[in-house]
Amino acid sequence: MKILTGNDLKTGDVVWWTGYDWSRHVSDAVPVYDNVTDVIAREIAKRAVSDCYTVEAEKTDDGVLPIHIKEKIRATGPTVRPDLKISPPDPAAGNWVI
Amino acid sequence: MYKYDNYDQEMVYTRVAEFRDQVERRIAGKLTEDQFKPLRLMNGLYLQLHAYMLRVAVPYGTLNSEQMRMLAHIARKYDRDYGHFTTRQNIQYNWIKLEDAPDILADLATVEMHAIQTSGNCIRNISSDQYAGAAADELVDPRPYAELLRQWSSFHPEFSFLPRKFKFAVIASDEDRAAMRLHDIGIQMVEQDGAIGARYYAGGGMGRTPMIGPLIRDFVPVADLVSYAEAILRVYNRYGRRDNKYKARIKILVHEMGAEKFIEEVEAEFAHLQGQNIDAPAAELERIKGYFEDPAFETGLSDEIDRSDPDFAVWLDQNVHTHKQPGYAIAVISLKPTGGIPGDASSAQMELMADLAERYSFDECRVTHSQNIVLPHVRKQDLHAIWQKLVEAEFASPNLDLISDIIACPGLDYCSLANARSIPVAQKIAQRFKEIDRQKELGELKLKISGCINACGHHHAGHIGILGVDRKGTENYQLLLGGSGAEDVSLAKITGPGFDEDGIVDAVEKVTDVYVAEREDGERFLDTYRRVGMDRFKEALYG
Repeated sequence: MKILTGNDLKTGDVVWWTGYDWSRHVSDAVPVYDNVTDVIAREIAKRAVSDCYTVEAEKTDDGVLPIHIKEKIRATGPTVRPDLKISPPDPAAGNWVI
Repeated sequence: MYKYDNYDQEMVYTRVAEFRDQVERRIAGKLTEDQFKPLRLMNGLYLQLHAYMLRVAVPYGTLNSEQMRMLAHIARKYDRDYGHFTTRQNIQYNWIKLEDAPDILADLATVEMHAIQTSGNCIRNISSDQYAGAAADELVDPRPYAELLRQWSSFHPEFSFLPRKFKFAVIASDEDRAAMRLHDIGIQMVEQDGAIGARYYAGGGMGRTPMIGPLIRDFVPVADLVSYAEAILRVYNRYGRRDNKYKARIKILVHEMGAEKFIEEVEAEFAHLQGQNIDAPAAELERIKGYFEDPAFETGLSDEIDRSDPDFAVWLDQNVHTHKQPGYAIAVISLKPTGGIPGDASSAQMELMADLAERYSFDECRVTHSQNIVLPHVRKQDLHAIWQKLVEAEFASPNLDLISDIIACPGLDYCSLANARSIPVAQKIAQRFKEIDRQKELGELKLKISGCINACGHHHAGHIGILGVDRKGTENYQLLLGGSGAEDVSLAKITGPGFDEDGIVDAVEKVTDVYVAEREDGERFLDTYRRVGMDRFKEALYG
């Protein structure tokens, strides 16, 4: 399956398309289909994100993850700085959708 | 060190205001990303794997303590409390917010720093010898000449849209500590008939097509230093390829045209430039030189150092370099602790280095292309106190030029161009060879790792080089041997099929075993490789 990613315009954070908004957490990503071009055009027009593109992904025990190592690292943070990892969403943390 | 005059300061402030306006227009939707991207790149702001990355210029690697403290402040306030010193003697921040970028540049401007021309197809930050002004073996301080070229190349309208990026290195000693011949233009300041001039090399570089720059002119009088550079840039700008970015660097032009024809073109252009007042007046160079005069060295200091502490003696032997002034030394702070990330420093570490520079090194420190920090002017009697402070901060790795003093690019952990991770490989190698006695037994061994063919980690110039590649979605590492960025410059050669992440660490160990078995008295790893050849190493690696 393919999922849609981009960077938050103001912060540069890597974000993932949840079907109605963008999340910092790849596990919230949903598959995108033929309508992805429209989604990209609409979201870029809203100036919320930049550099949108799709990546191949799969469902794993840890949720949705990109298949290629580059996108996996992009989704989860540098492998050499565990302190900078992007944590899975914490249900107690409130609204994590940016 | 150089101090901005009113023109310098006003140019930088003007640029900050201009970029603030551009960022505001981008966020307001008045500029598209396609329109904005070249503008942010002109200010050193990339969009990298995880976030915006800001590259800040450190001209010829020289910083004062106030500037280093500002770098720490930016790391703490705007980033994630650290920065990464690069192989271009710059610093990069990996987690910058676009909306903060103008404030960061404004903060930098208050200490005479900026991020201008740290990206884009222009003349980039000019690098130099990290021991400039301190080394016992230098003819002159190369930095005034680097500064003259920096001023000429800053905002140069003719060279703001070159076929590709363009890098200078300027040195002034026979020992090359700046990989000078692996630059688009490499300059060695030399003496001829009692006069100082520049020996020009052009067309060197690493990347996907590594080349050693050929000699272009043996001696260019100082009075023509800038106009000769202008002649080379004009020839490159006119004939350099713009149809293919992978063939657009000057090294391809020099190679395809042939050095002889290239020199003809340069000389013709140089002749054409005569009388056009391209060069700065001699008084301007003298003004610049004034900023690089020796600090007020004390005289009559002892050269004796108490070596009774064995750990201190190890650091002394490895990380301290000869100074031109009796009683003084050059001390190098290694940013390569075992298990650490090469070139990374926290804000606290930056502040410590600033404190040490202020107190012990005439307020000056240097960034090296090997991703370490130099205290250039230290009294020998202060070395023990400096070492103690570094030990307290767990920042006293005595491994300069040893196998764990690894150059590594950010690799796939941070870089959107990378194909493989560099940092974990560096960490594993450093861990494998963590015993300092073993490292010293191996002697000088320059190991350099790049996470892609662009070679930011200088793998072509490593005695041992490692290149990370993507093999069907999996990281794979090619091993190279025999490179050097020093005065005995050479390009490393690939040994054969690549290795996985653990396999490359084993492979490095195997080639060091060959070296130990084969070396003759006084030979470094590189010397043994050059004498015995590749086959002996291949046999150990592949059977």
